[in-house]
Amino acid sequence: MKIGLFVPCYVDALYPEVGVSTLKLLRSLGLDVEYPERQTCCGQPMGNAGFEKMAVPLAKKYDELFRSYDYVVAPSASCAAYVRCFHPQLLGAKDKVCEAAGKTVDLVEFLHDILKVESLPAYFPHKVSVHNSCHGVRELGLSSPSERNIPRFNKIIDLLRLVEGIEVVEPERPDECCGFGGMFSVEETAVSARMGLDKVRRHMATGAEYITGPDSSCLMHMQGVAEKQGLGIKFIHVAQILTSTR
Amino acid sequence: MSTQHSKAAAAYLRDEAVVTRHDQTFFAVRQKRDRMAQALPEWEQLRETADQIKRHTATHLAQYLEQFEANATRNGVHVHWAADAAEYNSIVYDILRSHDVKKVVKSKSMLTEECHLNSSLEAKGIEVVETDLGERILQMMQLAPSHIVMPALHVHREDIGDCFRSKIADYDEIAKGYAAISPEPHDENDPTFLTYVARMHLRRQFMEAGAGMTGANFGVAATGDVVVCTNEGNADMSTSIPRLHIVSMGIEKLIPDLSSLAVFQRLLARCGTGQETTVYTSQFRGPRPGGEMHIILVDNGRSEILGNPEHWQTLKCMRCGACMNTCPVYRRSAGYSYTYFIPGPIGINLGMLRNPKTYSDNVSACSLCCSCDNVCPVRVDLSSQVYRWRQQLDSLGRADEMKKFMSGGMSLLFNHPLFYKLALRLSPLVNWLPSSLLNSRFNPWASGHKMMKFPKKSFHELWKKL
Repeated sequence: MKIGLFVPCYVDALYPEVGVSTLKLLRSLGLDVEYPERQTCCGQPMGNAGFEKMAVPLAKKYDELFRSYDYVVAPSASCAAYVRCFHPQLLGAKDKVCEAAGKTVDLVEFLHDILKVESLPAYFPHKVSVHNSCHGVRELGLSSPSERNIPRFNKIIDLLRLVEGIEVVEPERPDECCGFGGMFSVEETAVSARMGLDKVRRHMATGAEYITGPDSSCLMHMQGVAEKQGLGIKFIHVAQILTSTR
Repeated sequence: MSTQHSKAAAAYLRDEAVVTRHDQTFFAVRQKRDRMAQALPEWEQLRETADQIKRHTATHLAQYLEQFEANATRNGVHVHWAADAAEYNSIVYDILRSHDVKKVVKSKSMLTEECHLNSSLEAKGIEVVETDLGERILQMMQLAPSHIVMPALHVHREDIGDCFRSKIADYDEIAKGYAAISPEPHDENDPTFLTYVARMHLRRQFMEAGAGMTGANFGVAATGDVVVCTNEGNADMSTSIPRLHIVSMGIEKLIPDLSSLAVFQRLLARCGTGQETTVYTSQFRGPRPGGEMHIILVDNGRSEILGNPEHWQTLKCMRCGACMNTCPVYRRSAGYSYTYFIPGPIGINLGMLRNPKTYSDNVSACSLCCSCDNVCPVRVDLSSQVYRWRQQLDSLGRADEMKKFMSGGMSLLFNHPLFYKLALRLSPLVNWLPSSLLNSRFNPWASGHKMMKFPKKSFHELWKKL
């Protein structure tokens, strides 16, 4: 199985350790992983801001770079969701099949649904509160949305439970938005910051040492809010926990 | 980089406690709705069926409207057609004038808000009295609804008490009446007492009115019935005392038959307020003996929406308000932060359909969390529609220049891998910028966040060594 690794722009620039953990994790599972160097961004920031046209060349480039792989794995639920749910319509025309989009998965669903990983040599003796990011929940189906009457599941928690020593909890309102929303956070600054603060407080109320999730963008937003307010809680991406050892 | 919504929201958010209360109040309604949804194993199937029925009806609307008109006429109802708000208002006025009506009692109807009926009638000397308690409170306070189902939930009881004491002429007399039946001392803003005051006040209005107006939650094509759901029985009071009953109904309220009604009836209150059903569900088939009943079918832009491939699904909406209750932005910014009279996810979209230039300031009020899509009982694609509206802002001349500039900059960077790699190399320099610049108004991120630290090396630089 040939895997293309997609490390979204902001992870690349701000959280390279998340990309490093993802690459190490995939390799440790015996996979042939490539990182196409000319990759940049999936185009979501422009699309959500209302300039989808600017995202079209990026979607095209993404498809060219990644269409030959069996799967494209990204350690960022929201970006994977944008590729899978929006790239086909960005590239539009029916005669031009958008191939990479259908093969793009978030790291959590790749491990859970495709590899069906049942054990990992990871060790993380801490209490963590799981952040179910909106696009992970409602576009990728990483967990059952609290709004729906469907059997309950949570793929992030399933994976974290494979880690030795960990205690996994969820906050009250487990899948309410943290208020990031890309440009939403700089356009609706007051609402966004309040949503972030409410979310961080609910995570902290669980007594967790860390907030973890499959999406560094939500973690980045909450961390910025928490640090501004002087709230002491740590942030860590799921990939980093899954690669932690003694 | 701000919109009318973001500015109004920022002002509202200054009082942390008020926001907490507003958020918790409406989230509690969402939780009641969740309990109802979880209690029905067939919940998702119900949503799917409701969606299908609405799709079917919307795509066969002309046929069902004619069937509805024929049946209602056969039942002895006068059916009127109004192309827009002005025509609607004048039809209502003509009916009232021909019956020499001076005072109208009405139950809750967002359509009358949409058409500004009250002010139109009042300008012509007809007194209009809202009889839904929340609407009546707001009418006396001269405020607009802040939510479509619970319009005054944001008002505190102390303010309601003050309002009643200053606006209800026979307040003292009513209070004396209450003391006679409930001699225990009570707080002057006690909810039970205030409810009693409202009830006695409204009772007089019902007795004095020459006509009763209701909205319509559903119109049943197969029978010509109009269905009105309330929790206070005020629609029934409005129609059983005055002899003249006028129904205002948007043409999208139509459903094919009584079996469809059973589907929607099970969803409406469960989604809207977390009740199994509304306390009163009244089905009107014709005028009562000696009375007269009119139904006004109002288009006011709906046919145009039906022809809009990207946004026609808003016509499926049955105005339950569930999208507002779940919306994290609505709960923290409240109804008056929106510039359209319907707030929240459905309001953003309906406002844009009403007039995209006038109401584009609400399009920012969405983090695209998609929760609304998942609570909606008829599965309107609310968040996708907001996303699509954003794509149109630029051609409407309503795009934010700063956002456009930022998107253009990112586009340039991301389309040129060499630039991108260079920018990655240089990004740690941001850490050395003076905090006076980083925390200035030029960096809106810094208003709510501590600035992030760029690592020494990006993944692009690190991966080869792995």
